[in-house]
Amino acid sequence: METGWISWLPEAASTLAGQVDALYFYLSGVTAFFTLLISGTVIFFVIRYRRRSPFEIPRPVAGSHKLETIWTIIPLMIAMSFFVWGTNVYFKQVKSPKLATEVYVVGKQWMWKVQHSTGQREINELHVPKGRKIRLIMTSEDTIHSYYIPAFRIKADVLPGRYTDQWFEATKTGTFHLFCAEYCGMNHSGMIGSVIVMEPKEFDNWLTGNAGNQTPAVAGQQLFQSLGCTSCHGMNGEGGRGPTLAGLFGRQQQLTTGGSVLADEVYIRESIVNPQAKIVAGFTPIMPTFQGQISEEQLLQILAFIKSLHIENPQQPVPAASPATSPAQPRSSPQLNAR
Amino acid sequence: MKAIEGFEPPAPSKVNYINAQYGLKSWLLTKDHKRIALLYLASVTAFFFFGGIYAMMIRIELLTPRGDFLSSATYNKVFTQHGILMIFFFLIPAIPATLGNFLVPMMIGAKDLAFPRINLLSWYIYILGGAITIWALLSGGVDTGWTFYAPYSTTFSNSYVVLTGVGIFINGFSSILTGLNFIVTIHTMRAPGMTWFRLPLFIWSHYATSLIMILGTPVVAITILLLAFERLAHIGIFDPAIGGDPVLFQHLFWFYSHPAVYIMILPGMGVISELIANFSRKNIFGYKFVAFSSLAIAVFGFLVWGHHMFVSGQSLYAGMIFSFLSFAVAIPSAVKVFNWTATLYKGSISYDTPMLYGLGFIGLFLIGGMTGLFLATIAVDVHVTDTYFVVAHFHYVMVGGTLMAYLGGLHYWWPKISGRMYPEGWGRFSALVIFVGFNLTFLPQFVAGYLGMPRRYHAYPPEFQVFNVLSSAGATILGIGTLIPLTYLIWSMRYGRHAEANPWHLPGLEWRTPSPPPTENFTVSPVVTWEAYEFAPPEEMEVVGTTHHVRLEDAPAAGD
Repeated sequence: METGWISWLPEAASTLAGQVDALYFYLSGVTAFFTLLISGTVIFFVIRYRRRSPFEIPRPVAGSHKLETIWTIIPLMIAMSFFVWGTNVYFKQVKSPKLATEVYVVGKQWMWKVQHSTGQREINELHVPKGRKIRLIMTSEDTIHSYYIPAFRIKADVLPGRYTDQWFEATKTGTFHLFCAEYCGMNHSGMIGSVIVMEPKEFDNWLTGNAGNQTPAVAGQQLFQSLGCTSCHGMNGEGGRGPTLAGLFGRQQQLTTGGSVLADEVYIRESIVNPQAKIVAGFTPIMPTFQGQISEEQLLQILAFIKSLHIENPQQPVPAASPATSPAQPRSSPQLNAR
Repeated sequence: MKAIEGFEPPAPSKVNYINAQYGLKSWLLTKDHKRIALLYLASVTAFFFFGGIYAMMIRIELLTPRGDFLSSATYNKVFTQHGILMIFFFLIPAIPATLGNFLVPMMIGAKDLAFPRINLLSWYIYILGGAITIWALLSGGVDTGWTFYAPYSTTFSNSYVVLTGVGIFINGFSSILTGLNFIVTIHTMRAPGMTWFRLPLFIWSHYATSLIMILGTPVVAITILLLAFERLAHIGIFDPAIGGDPVLFQHLFWFYSHPAVYIMILPGMGVISELIANFSRKNIFGYKFVAFSSLAIAVFGFLVWGHHMFVSGQSLYAGMIFSFLSFAVAIPSAVKVFNWTATLYKGSISYDTPMLYGLGFIGLFLIGGMTGLFLATIAVDVHVTDTYFVVAHFHYVMVGGTLMAYLGGLHYWWPKISGRMYPEGWGRFSALVIFVGFNLTFLPQFVAGYLGMPRRYHAYPPEFQVFNVLSSAGATILGIGTLIPLTYLIWSMRYGRHAEANPWHLPGLEWRTPSPPPTENFTVSPVVTWEAYEFAPPEEMEVVGTTHHVRLEDAPAAGD
């Protein structure tokens, strides 16, 4: 936006931005052509067939099924090309890649709180490395917000009581706008911030700059103990009166109803705030609800802890929780959060 | 020539619906659809200018990037109230309740609507709903946006949400009753010979609109009730903190409010069909396609609400299906535009004010419709939804479309309604000013929106200022443009030239009775023996080809 007095396009700083812009150009070209064609025809007819004498009566013209068919089919075909291309890009926008660094985002009136998987916290800013896939897992503490980064051409509503997600891979370093796009009350237009894209090396330095932060997984482990989850689920989620949590994330969980459910963020959150909703096969519904007792941020920390539990190595809730000391270890590299 | 034979000028009469009775009581207790139309005309005009003041406040605030004219809390109320007044109290009733009320009986050759008392009742309900809403606005206002999204509206807003909701809830019944009245009237009260396919397209579009009013409006009423239950009694419906689902609110709200867009635009399309055909003295091209496209829009319009929710957390596949259906609903609108264009072919096109408004409508509706395709394209919508791109798009459709059609229709039927001619020069000038002002206001917003400027922002990053300054300049022109017709139309009621029964020399039934019409509409019960828009006998129908014009220098047109 730094060049020229008026810019027509926002900066394109993600892998998706170019794809959305290409689609936008196609739409602009096709619609501009037809707008000019139709309005040109109208103007031509209006001039050519202007009334030349006050009492002239033109001959009526019969309708034509052939023409009606043509101008139904052609716009339909063009619209379908928009639909197919648009849906294709949309699937890429929505389907998060498997190997992405996860960042937790909590919206509240009127700020954006962010926590990285290494423990770094930010408010109204988001630091990310260039060239790595980032997945935002988002929720709201109060009303609906929407996390919008125009330079990345992404936006998703942030809802209370539920997780939504979106992903991007930045292609340009720099500082970009972050907006709340869903009206959320008095200071809605102040719920803005910056996305700062850094070279991966710089980003790694930035991440370790505030060493001493607890990672969400470690904080989650402490909560897991202090809230008494351990008495049923075991110290490291090995299970007991409650179902096993180690290795749960990303698996299909069998339910008493006979069906099964994918153990994703949404399911785990629901199992904490509304444990009676889905009962795991072989267990009784004895878990109390934690609705109202833990904040959205704490929920995300417990979630990070549960995600970090692996069957092979139940002692160590790592690697996401390893202390942030060695800059040589790229904690945000995708493998660490692979699932 | 033959068609003109039906145009026997009715005997001029001193008594008409306006001067048949005098006194305030005769207006407030009238059961005459024409007088009720005038009551509506006065009230929607008042609401329009009330809503317009809010629009001007928005545009003044947005002249500078900093929020310096209004506080953010006030700004939020201002845009909310602009939306509520314009949508529920101007755009929805504007054409059906004024022009529709006046013309539906006249165009089908009836003496009145089927239920005259219910017609009057619907006006009182509208006024009651409007009064309660205004009361809510004046006692502190409401800041939820006209969309009332939960849980903000149910849990977080400290403004007069329920009272405003009550006003809108009550007002909804006025729509329902009007729709009911139109449907029954069109089914049962057509004059002998007025078959379904001889109906003017204005009637078809009002029929389709009435279907939406009856089927859709109850849903918004239910939604408002649920909202009030949650806000007042804390019953968990929408707020997840008490067990509700916030996306459910959006589903319910848009299930009405998307079809409501068609309540606003379909009657406008009906007006445009009249203007295009009559001011080119041609039968409409593809009559049945235009008529059925109205019904298609009414039906498909109920299946596309999810396109307001592409980023709201609904499933990927729901989004895909709603995208597909949104493209499908665009087709009948496109078919209308093509048929209007083809109607102009080999016509005798006049440049009178109503036609200028009608042509302006086509231009603005083209842009509004085309940009709708961007929004139906789901990947682009993810980027531009909730930005000024959407603001520009729906203003093009709802204001560019509906307002142009409304003003075009008002000028076209003004001689019939008031018995006076408006000043033609001023009329053309106002159409031009509004067209230019409108484009200057809203074209820059498409650019600002794609650049990422979110809507409902009280302050914004400075790089968007240039677009906002252009917009505010355009809004000033547009605002002045709407004052011009207000002024000369009022002036013409007293000083305008007396209108003939049929000043435009047209075959429609409403032109075969004096201007203004008598209370019972027609002095002799009409019998219809001609097709819609039959200017020349069907024997002369041209299929494709010759440029043969019949010139009727000696046509005994009424009053000449």
